[in-house]
Amino acid sequence: MAENRPRTLYEKIWDDHVVERLPDGTCILYIDRHLVHEVTSPQAFEGLRLAGRKVRRPDATIAVADHNLPTTDRRGGITEEDSRIQVETLEQNVREFGIPYFPVLDVRQGIVHIVGPEQGISLPGMTIVCGDSHTSTHGAMGALAFGIGTSEVEHVLATQTLLQTPAKNMKVEVVGRLPIGVRAKDMILAIIGRIGTAGGTGYVIEYAGEAIRALDMAGRMTVCNMSIEAGARAGLIAPDETTFAYVKSRPFAPQGDDFERAVAYWRTLPSDPGAVYDKVVTLRAEEIAPMVTWGTNPEAVVPVTGSVPDPAAAEDAAVRAQMQRMLDYMGLKPGQRITEIPIDVVFIGSCTNSRIEDLRDAAQIARGRRVAEGVRALVVPGSGLVKKQAEEEGLDRIFREAGFEWREPGCSMCLGMNPDKLTPGQRCASTSNRNFEGRQGPGGRTHLVSPAMAAAAAIAGRFVDVREYL
Amino acid sequence: MEKFTTLTGIAAPLPAANIDTDKIIPARFLKTIKRTGLGVHLFDALRYLPDGRENPDFVLNKEPYRQARILIAYENFGCGSSREHAPWALLDFGIRAVIAPSFGDIFYNNCLKNGLLPVRLPKPRCEQLITDAQLGANARLTVDLERQVVISANGEAIPFEIDPFHKHMLLNGLDDIGLTLQHADKIARYEQMKQAEKPWLPPLHT
Repeated sequence: MAENRPRTLYEKIWDDHVVERLPDGTCILYIDRHLVHEVTSPQAFEGLRLAGRKVRRPDATIAVADHNLPTTDRRGGITEEDSRIQVETLEQNVREFGIPYFPVLDVRQGIVHIVGPEQGISLPGMTIVCGDSHTSTHGAMGALAFGIGTSEVEHVLATQTLLQTPAKNMKVEVVGRLPIGVRAKDMILAIIGRIGTAGGTGYVIEYAGEAIRALDMAGRMTVCNMSIEAGARAGLIAPDETTFAYVKSRPFAPQGDDFERAVAYWRTLPSDPGAVYDKVVTLRAEEIAPMVTWGTNPEAVVPVTGSVPDPAAAEDAAVRAQMQRMLDYMGLKPGQRITEIPIDVVFIGSCTNSRIEDLRDAAQIARGRRVAEGVRALVVPGSGLVKKQAEEEGLDRIFREAGFEWREPGCSMCLGMNPDKLTPGQRCASTSNRNFEGRQGPGGRTHLVSPAMAAAAAIAGRFVDVREYL
Repeated sequence: MEKFTTLTGIAAPLPAANIDTDKIIPARFLKTIKRTGLGVHLFDALRYLPDGRENPDFVLNKEPYRQARILIAYENFGCGSSREHAPWALLDFGIRAVIAPSFGDIFYNNCLKNGLLPVRLPKPRCEQLITDAQLGANARLTVDLERQVVISANGEAIPFEIDPFHKHMLLNGLDDIGLTLQHADKIARYEQMKQAEKPWLPPLHT
């Protein structure tokens, strides 16, 4: 690689982490931080045991349980046997291999992608991996963060590296300013609607432009989180003053003089002027409205002011068939106004939207209003610390008084691995990241929205343009 | 990892795009601490009716596709979640190769770590193979990794691309952790160098 060539943020982080380039071009890439959870790690630890291997860097590894946990009171333990076994297995493994761990009843416990940034574990310029596709979230710090499978979890545990080939560079530029009432979630749904669920396959996406720069860290994490829904393994945003202010004083971040030295390094990371991207996509922020998905993948999305599209309008027969299947599954008709779709359940939570800023956004809509009759609405903070902060601000009271359930932190209804699930046919306004068939429970129907849009839907009992509630 | 050299077997047609890993195996079946026994849950929502009986209309519940060793699908197969349970479930059912125009990045990688060969072929080729496979009698294909060809029922050899590193690993059934550990000294040197460059980076201790 040429030393003086202008490089992208991604290329700088990549180059800094290449341990060795093998003759065929495959690189041994060093991993700075490895986040471990209970679902995708047991087979990896078992592999280490069978091969008689140790964890190379327990001090660069951290574990927390999130997917399986019930979001009700956990002091009595986990009732579901297979979930309990998975969490207990994680606890045995972290003891045996000496890995730092936030226990279930620790206030620092939470969804792994909330915990990493919140604790200052995820920092700019790092390579960060986890056996979970939403690891792309940490790219908001200005890090290269991506999801891996269990075999790669084992590889990282054993070697602190991965065998990788470089991805292509894509820049998604969002120019201008978001209108009032339009959030980071709407922005990323609009981006996925534009480039498609496979548009980012083989790429790492760098998000740039005035509207991205204007986002707070929570918004940036929401955007990067859903990179994988566009097919990109990683999405990242150049670190800036917003990033440094967020990182400062976090428990695992560098402190004092070390912090200043770190910032000096982090300032060298943003893409150089003239750096070359393989693909550039530009969106105008002013044109983005609050978004609602209507189908069973995240590119099937329209503005809340729009309607369910008509498959008959699609030229390609295969696309027509896929759209029709989506409508059948979702129980929707072509031409139906989005604001005429009634909902049964509202889920505010997940690694996409369960930070304090998300809860404030939803609470602003819920304040002084009531959840519509017959609607079940859950608010699930992303971590124990988010929950504590929200309670100090009185958000829990606002939600409870409005008829929302206030729960314990975890992945909850994002993926149907714990008691929070949809029943067949139930329709949910969800702040999570995947509207796949059965994702929130067999037969469940998911519409992805922002936290404010979800809260507004809870009040109205149907989708509604949140701008009417501001 | 089990070697992959040449595979001849029944190919099952799954003519759909964006088959995500939640569809390959739903999250509720991930509560296992083992890699084995997941085949029974493969394509659960498509394969079984709500009462638990087999869905007679689903391809893998029909002959000869119950014996399928190969799947053929459309774009973006295996998108979504990183769960390696998806290739584990396919392997446990008996599938050793998936042919599609494109794959989710993480799924593609996970297959290669498990001796399951993901084959990228242009969409028209996949359409042709799916049409052949739907005839039942023509559903037998050969996938030859050494020569990098899929041999259709009528004997046509269709070439495919795979990077030389993964081809080598698959043909020899190699463990990539073992390979990386041959470079352990270089990893240690890298760590020392970075420790000197970035002494401000704190270790994690709870």
